[in-house]
Amino acid sequence: MAKYNSNNMSAVIVENIIKKYRVEKTEVTALKGVSFEVAKGELFGIVGPDGAGKTSLFRVLTTLLLAESGNATIEGHDVVKDYKIIRKKLGYMPGRFSLYQDLTVEENLTFFATIFNTSIEENYDLIKDIYQQIEPFKDRRAGKLSGGMKQKLALCCALIHKPSVLLLDEPTTGVDAVSRKEFWDMLQRLKLQGITILVSTPYMDEASMCDRVALLQEGKILAIDKPAQINQQFQDPLWAVQASNMYALLKVMKQWEAVASCYSFGEYYHVVMKSENAGASAINEYLVERQFQEIEVKKIDANIEDSFMALMNTAHE
Amino acid sequence: MKQFFAFIKKEFFHIWRDKRTLFILLGMPITQIIIFGFALTNEVKNSKMAILDLSKDASSKQLIQKMSIGKYFDATSVLYNYQEVEPIFKKGKIKMVLIIPQQFANDLQHGNQAHIQLICDGSDPNVANTLSTYATAIIKDFQSQLVKEQKLPYRIETDIRMLYNPELKGAYSFVPGVMALILMLTCAMMTSIAIVKEKEMGTMEIILVSPLKPFGVVIAKAIPYMLLSMVNVITILLLSVYVLDVPIRGNLILLLSEGLLFTITSLALGLLISSITDSQQVAMLISLMGLFLPTTVFSGYMFPIENMPIPLQVMSNMVPAKWFYFIVKTIMIKGLGFQYVWKETCILIGMTVVLFGLSIKNFKTRLS
Repeated sequence: MAKYNSNNMSAVIVENIIKKYRVEKTEVTALKGVSFEVAKGELFGIVGPDGAGKTSLFRVLTTLLLAESGNATIEGHDVVKDYKIIRKKLGYMPGRFSLYQDLTVEENLTFFATIFNTSIEENYDLIKDIYQQIEPFKDRRAGKLSGGMKQKLALCCALIHKPSVLLLDEPTTGVDAVSRKEFWDMLQRLKLQGITILVSTPYMDEASMCDRVALLQEGKILAIDKPAQINQQFQDPLWAVQASNMYALLKVMKQWEAVASCYSFGEYYHVVMKSENAGASAINEYLVERQFQEIEVKKIDANIEDSFMALMNTAHE
Repeated sequence: MKQFFAFIKKEFFHIWRDKRTLFILLGMPITQIIIFGFALTNEVKNSKMAILDLSKDASSKQLIQKMSIGKYFDATSVLYNYQEVEPIFKKGKIKMVLIIPQQFANDLQHGNQAHIQLICDGSDPNVANTLSTYATAIIKDFQSQLVKEQKLPYRIETDIRMLYNPELKGAYSFVPGVMALILMLTCAMMTSIAIVKEKEMGTMEIILVSPLKPFGVVIAKAIPYMLLSMVNVITILLLSVYVLDVPIRGNLILLLSEGLLFTITSLALGLLISSITDSQQVAMLISLMGLFLPTTVFSGYMFPIENMPIPLQVMSNMVPAKWFYFIVKTIMIKGLGFQYVWKETCILIGMTVVLFGLSIKNFKTRLS
């Protein structure tokens, strides 16, 4: 794991944050001691399934919620004590579309520019790339935009005051694949401007777009590293398996005691065997015995999702 | 300051683009005044009356004519014996029966004392009361015409004059009442909904993570509704003067400033409601149940507070509309000046300060 020292280089420092909620009468711990650091100008991803605690973490960092214990600072300012200073520096895009639906694109942007004491002209170069895409619709009401355009507008509004730290909570959820790709390209360009970006996502494949990622599950961080490094942690040989009857295949594989894990991945199942000796031929043989047709077994390199699946499985055991 | 005005401008866009709500806000005072002015009145006119005249002579004819000549009674049925009285009430059309006994003229001329019976439908006590009062007044009048010829040794005449409202028009009391009601509704309900809407739509999350001060947000939310309410006050006053003939006897500027004060009180109430609720429905329910009802019941324009049990009388003091109603009545109808309403004004100012303080204190700078 790469070490990042808590020095001036860190834009965001999170230390042992614990956040609890009361749901009716039971207490739910959303964050169970989360710690990490984000360097200045870094594009840092927080990947985790729904309910992992991503939104809670973002709300603590954006000074909207108070944590039960632990510290967090943004550019050296404490999220509890110095919340007024932080609110001036932060760009925040909540997970749910949170702009005024009855105002037009331009009115929304002007409004957010004004309340942050700036104007569209002043920081136009920062949002130009993004804003040009929605500019043809600037007189359209925000509520009437498509999902992808809403995201672009929300990003423009979060950027308009030239924040030094940008927090994006699930910006690509509910957006089509093309728009998602575009969105990540935009984030890469923003990174070049020196803005520290913290982005959360439930899509594991997006992790590879970040400089570093933290895998968050059930309020705990399972791993923090560069995507490539996380990939290297995956040591076991990985097999992609396919047959004509996929449903029966999954059932058979899960019952087979030689299989360590098997999960669906696109049109294949990714399979890890318990013993390294059990290779393609062993799997093939086993499946032929059980009357499967059009069997295909090939060895593949693990990608980031496989690594996450492995990490999450070990965390459960 | 620029941020503040941008916020107000945005608020106006919200109001202006929601045409239906705007229409209701501006149309409400007009419909209310017209409904109260023309449809709902306490005055009883053209009540159907039955007559059982057993005397059938000149003086009884005279009395009957006098009764039915005015605008209050219509003699629609004539009865011939006592047995018919109850069935005719049961039919439900007749509100009162006038019974003149056989010896009426005789007693009147020789015995100096005659009896008349009025039977009213007591199932509606207010109407029955009013009708018997009207009838008694007419009979008294009839009597005084008779005694003109003869001189009685002692007589006390009562001359009644209704000060400030000689015709006892209902409009004089409901115009201030409707004003209190409408201001309460537009200001308190609409501001509370407007703020809670930001919470519901998630925009509050972004507003909070911005350099805007909570105080500024709250005030900027309230200002457009304050202006709208002042438009409503002026509409109500214009309608009452030109449509209902209710005069503004006192100082107009004083009246408008008191209206502004009450508007601010209601806004503060609305802000307080919004700070303790998270959904538009709850905000609306609290505004309706918590403001509409007390305002109609306790402001005194529908039910006299003096007749309420002591605990309710004490409670009525907490209703801002009660004080505003008194102030408007005093200035507008009685035409008195500030020295007669300064106490009530101070109470309203006090309430406003407390409510504002509470709502600013309760305004959350964070979520939950």
